[in-house]
Amino acid sequence: MTGIDNDMIIAPSPAQQMRRRALRHWGFLIGGSLLGLIVLLALIAPLIAPHDPYVQDLSQRFLRPVFMGGTWEYPLGTDHLGRDYLSRLLYGARISLTIGLVTAIISGLIGTTLGVAAGYFGGRVDTIVMFIITVRLSMPVVLVALAVVALFGGSLTVVVLVLGFLLWDQFAVVMRTSTQQIRSQDYLISAQALGCSTTRIVMTEIMPNVLNNLIVIITLEMAHAIILEAALSFLGLGVQPPLPSWGLMIAEGKDMLFFEPFLITIPGIALFALIFSINMLGDGVRDVTAPENRN
Amino acid sequence: MTETGIALELSGVTKTYRISQGLFGGSKPLRALDNISLQLRKGEVLGLVGESGCGKSTLAKVLLGLEQPTNGEVHVYGQPFASHDRKWIARRIQPIFQDPYSSLNPRKTVREIITLPLRVHDVVESREWDKEVGGMLDLVGLPQRLIDASPSQMSGGQRQRVAIARALIMRPKVVICDEPTSALDVSVQSQILNLLMDLRDELGLTYLFISHNLAVVEHIASRVAVMYLGRVVEQAPADRIFDAPKHPYASALLDSILTPDPSLGVPDVNMDGNFPNPVEPPSGCTFHPRCPSATALCSRKRPEPVDQDSGFVTCHLHDPAHQGEMA
Repeated sequence: MTGIDNDMIIAPSPAQQMRRRALRHWGFLIGGSLLGLIVLLALIAPLIAPHDPYVQDLSQRFLRPVFMGGTWEYPLGTDHLGRDYLSRLLYGARISLTIGLVTAIISGLIGTTLGVAAGYFGGRVDTIVMFIITVRLSMPVVLVALAVVALFGGSLTVVVLVLGFLLWDQFAVVMRTSTQQIRSQDYLISAQALGCSTTRIVMTEIMPNVLNNLIVIITLEMAHAIILEAALSFLGLGVQPPLPSWGLMIAEGKDMLFFEPFLITIPGIALFALIFSINMLGDGVRDVTAPENRN
Repeated sequence: MTETGIALELSGVTKTYRISQGLFGGSKPLRALDNISLQLRKGEVLGLVGESGCGKSTLAKVLLGLEQPTNGEVHVYGQPFASHDRKWIARRIQPIFQDPYSSLNPRKTVREIITLPLRVHDVVESREWDKEVGGMLDLVGLPQRLIDASPSQMSGGQRQRVAIARALIMRPKVVICDEPTSALDVSVQSQILNLLMDLRDELGLTYLFISHNLAVVEHIASRVAVMYLGRVVEQAPADRIFDAPKHPYASALLDSILTPDPSLGVPDVNMDGNFPNPVEPPSGCTFHPRCPSATALCSRKRPEPVDQDSGFVTCHLHDPAHQGEMA
């Protein structure tokens, strides 16, 4: 043996380092697997749901879950119309996830476009974008959402659109600051000096470097949107019956709060688990990817 | 190619920024570059020195086509900038930056960084890219195994070599080196300087070498231009200017080089006052408030460049027309 050839030593690549950090981060692992489980259950809901979530059977109302003395026929009991609670819960996950994802995509596109434009071009563009952000921040989300839903009626589409067009402020603010930080870097000036188009600079030089921030905001806004949908549905202005939204399930169960509390605790726990897992995952993504940004 | 032997020529380049003076103050002009005329001959290294804020970096931006000069013209190999777009300029003039930690995108691999010019300019077919990159790595002295490494896996010197490879893959004529060694370890600095000199001979490059470090400039430059407040105050062959600077500012700047002998202390540069506010430059010769040999004439009349030893000096002291008044 001649010892180690010094020239062959090479530091671990960023991808390897990231994988190593991810596998050591408990929040990332727990949040990721819990969210993965919920997504999986939502995807295969038609295969595993024991009953049709819309079929009513008034003779089977308010059956208790199996752990409270019910039967395995209805593992989580039935609601006030005799619909299977487990099946509604599974289909409800689809609604919550859809709302979270679509809202995050719409608001992410709006906010990222505004934020990157403001950060990259600066000057007058920045002034205008900052004004739009200030206008948006001065509008209370729930109030505007209530007004719009009252005008156009509540439906899944309306809720998603309203939230998507209201929740972009975080994206814009964070993307603006991150872009400003990158704008003065020499690799950006070097790309400009090469004659790169603005599109290429934004897509290949800026976006890869702000992506980790973007992912964190996406998770935060997903959780935000899911909570808001639940709140709107609880007020009767969100998703309309008979769709099995978790917020709506809580609203429908509230009259029976003192007699059959499981009607509220079960969708409540589901909502908690979903928000918890998304936030844990977002925190984890930040911790796992951030060290790179500091070189 | 033209027969003039001039690689890069600046004639009367002026860059004025508007500086806002608060809400009701309106704006004032800031002359970052004031009537700069310089010539870079093919294959030479022109050292550009001056204090922070004298306009060196603005000049670099103008030469890279990132800023339009307010006045004046830049010619590269006899062709004017004005009639061409940024890509045309990019194929002829490329930069090497000071900080190799900020000049390479941390999310890209060496291969992606070096091929970016080829992607943008579409001059080489994509199946030839790897060969080109391999050739560049050899040229700048990097091992081939680093081709898929990311910048965070490399040392400062290696990163600077990647930056040089990216700048040279399009075979530019002129390279603007903006303090290319000041962020590196001393031991690596000389390697990079030697590499730059070898590449100049091999590829027939012309360098504009911007630096604070006068020792480096003395080592590498064939001619030196000294800038003060947006103007070139003296330009001369390197050995002449280091032996006998003519302009009082140039001699003060050169006197300020620290010697290796600590007992000599900080050199006395015999220069008064602070760097003036560039928004309100002094009247006449902008250097007169700090100049040890200033006279009444200097605060009234702006000096014009006087040709001297294949260069020029912008000072009344050396202007034959004012010999009597300056005595």
